[in-house]
Amino acid sequence: MTKLVELNGIEKRFPGVHALKNVRFDLHPGEVHALMGENGAGKSTLMKILSGIYQRDEGEMRVKGESVNPQGPRDALDLGIGIIHQELSLMNDLTAAENVFIGREPRLSFGRLDDAALNRQAEEIFASMNLSIDPKAVVGELTIARQQLIEIAKALSYRPQVLIMDEPTAALNDAEIAELFVIIQQLKSEGVGIVYISHKMDELKRIADRVTVLRDGTYVATVPAKETPVSEIIAMMVGREIKEAPLQVPDTSSAETVLKVSRLSRGQEIQDVSFSLRKGEILGFAGLMGAGRTEVARAIFGADPIDAGEVEVHGKPVRINSPHDAVRAGIGYLSEDRKRFGLATGMNVRANIALASMERFTSALGVLREPDMKAVAEQYIDRLDIRTPSDAQEVRLLSGGNQQKVVVGKWLLRDCDILIFDEPTRGIDVGAKSEIYALLEALAADGKAIIVISSELPEIMRLSHRIAVMCEGRLTGVLPGGADVTQTQIMALATARDAAMAPVGELT
Amino acid sequence: MSTQEMPIPEAKAKPVWLQLISLAAHQRVLAFASLVVLVIGFSLASPNFLQMSNVINILQATSVNGVLAIAVTFVIITGGIDLSVGTMMTFTAVIAGVILTYAGMPLLLGVVGAIGVGALCGLCSGVFVAKLKIPPFIATLGMMLILKGLSLVISGTRPIYFNDTPSFSEISLGSVIGEVFPSAPFPNGVLILFAVALAASYILRRTVLGRYTFALGSNEEAVRLSGVNTDAWKMAIYALAGAIVGIGGLLIASRLNSAQPALGLGYELEAIAAVVIGGTSLSGGRGTIVGTLIGALIMGVLTNGLRVLSVAQEWQTVVTGAIIILAVYADMMRRKKS
Repeated sequence: MTKLVELNGIEKRFPGVHALKNVRFDLHPGEVHALMGENGAGKSTLMKILSGIYQRDEGEMRVKGESVNPQGPRDALDLGIGIIHQELSLMNDLTAAENVFIGREPRLSFGRLDDAALNRQAEEIFASMNLSIDPKAVVGELTIARQQLIEIAKALSYRPQVLIMDEPTAALNDAEIAELFVIIQQLKSEGVGIVYISHKMDELKRIADRVTVLRDGTYVATVPAKETPVSEIIAMMVGREIKEAPLQVPDTSSAETVLKVSRLSRGQEIQDVSFSLRKGEILGFAGLMGAGRTEVARAIFGADPIDAGEVEVHGKPVRINSPHDAVRAGIGYLSEDRKRFGLATGMNVRANIALASMERFTSALGVLREPDMKAVAEQYIDRLDIRTPSDAQEVRLLSGGNQQKVVVGKWLLRDCDILIFDEPTRGIDVGAKSEIYALLEALAADGKAIIVISSELPEIMRLSHRIAVMCEGRLTGVLPGGADVTQTQIMALATARDAAMAPVGELT
Repeated sequence: MSTQEMPIPEAKAKPVWLQLISLAAHQRVLAFASLVVLVIGFSLASPNFLQMSNVINILQATSVNGVLAIAVTFVIITGGIDLSVGTMMTFTAVIAGVILTYAGMPLLLGVVGAIGVGALCGLCSGVFVAKLKIPPFIATLGMMLILKGLSLVISGTRPIYFNDTPSFSEISLGSVIGEVFPSAPFPNGVLILFAVALAASYILRRTVLGRYTFALGSNEEAVRLSGVNTDAWKMAIYALAGAIVGIGGLLIASRLNSAQPALGLGYELEAIAAVVIGGTSLSGGRGTIVGTLIGALIMGVLTNGLRVLSVAQEWQTVVTGAIIILAVYADMMRRKKS
């Protein structure tokens, strides 16, 4: 059988960086070949070479046995290579059909658009994917998951023989992931070769045939996906084995209740949510995407308005109408989207760490004490082990894990007792993840009260002393953390759609 | 765990000419270099250009636009825009006229009044933008028209002269330096421009207001979610810009010895042009006062130089427009590279 794609001895250099060193990769028709590696390992660079966005410096590239040299994405598409980017590149104000056929709209005479044909053809593609999306729906009004599926439909409309998927499930919930996997199976049976990039190990087990691991721009190995243990793949990625210490749930029953939320409500999104949080405790929030966890966090933090509900901090009721009020009450919120909501990425590490505590460095006349700020920033860089050349480095140049630490540093400096982490490891690679876990545990041991929102069940179970589960805006139960809790128990609560169901477990 | 560290390109030793080019690629240096080239070019073309009297002319002509541009720099760094600075300048001049000529109050009150009213106007824009969430372009467009109208209403569409307050024209035309160094009779207006620039630069770089100005332009939502009262700071920044515009209003009224209520439209665009030429990003988060000052000087030198060379006024406008496009293009190229 001819290989669909063969890459051999690929070299790529950028100014100051040797991004790919003698890398190889191949793809058979009808297989899912996962490409794994930490951030910066060279996965994206390799795939950009394959899809014509970058040109290789050296090496051989064959498609269906023939040596090729695509000079741009257009060339690659002509060779039958399609790519679905991690970030959505849809036009929000156009309809689903218009997005799928952008640049290739069916036309009538005199350049008039044939909307009927456009919608019909889009409908056909959606139908072939078992999707019920109205071709005339405006994309911006659809959920992120649906937008992702439209992006996939767009790639499929080119009838590619090679499809590159870069973290396609990042925004999908379990049901939608299952749908996507059906589509992938169908493509496989049609002989399409799929390159699958993902950080989620369980997905690889479910969908991939082979796994190729890259590390630091070099090729490590290609192994069969089903037979190779996850720990071995991780070890190949990070160059060593990561030992996970079993979770020790500390006894916090006598500790002070730091945060008490009662009957928090807003429309359908947050329905009558009550819970409490003790000093030194890590409370996990589990649930499917759209269950209302982020909404609860933002409501407590005053980022969004609420219809009803009370918040008590250290036993005293507080009125929180804005993040400004929340921070004064000692609540810090670390958003799931660091770049949009957590960091001023164009500013340096020092300014970002100081951002929530400027008054600490300000004289009566409003003049900043730069040396103090520098000293404190360096202290946090040291304490949190933030890898940056200096405190004057712009934050956008740091890796995801280090950016997250900068945000943590910002809230530690503000001396918040209550820290809400929303998807703290999203977009962070495996090695840095365990560092973030260790940091959260150290913070809790230090007496901070911590809420962790995560869509990854292993993460929730790895960290939480107690696990609150939400479904469709309601808190459906609170489970004890530790070794005894199972994914099944959590999923049962996360899918408890019956509105009349009484909460289970202890709610205090 | 070195594997996940971001590869940071090392600074390699480059040949000198490459270093010079990459230095010149820095917009501020680029702007400064163009200023130097313009000055050298004009002085070669006309021996009159570098005469002290002409240099003073250029600086004097730049002072008003320079001060307005400094005001608008603050707003632009927050990611906003202020279209009202031109008519606001006129409005503050008219207020000074009302206080000094109509009410016959002392000079100091006129000065404080103009600056205070400027701050108040800026605060209004700030409230519209921060509290009512009206886009800055629209809010300040409205303010521009409101202030233009109010200037005409208050003055009865007639100029207000400052003949009763002889010392008023000293603000701009007198020369404190000239009294000490008779060979360099730089007028006070120029001195005020540089003083405003120094103060503004200090505020922008060394105070919490300045830091938030950059932070708002860099990522406003992140600043809000850091617990900063972003609305209040934004209003303060617009108010500060308004106060600086008040100084501009005093400068122009003092130079003309009158408040001309019909004047003002078009000044805002000149000011924005100076800011842009000076390398401040219209998308916010980046910018310097030095750059704005150089931008304003480039425009002043250009207008004056072309006039000295007897180029028709119409063509001067064409050249200025071309320079703006060139400057922004150069800035984009630089950013693309980095």
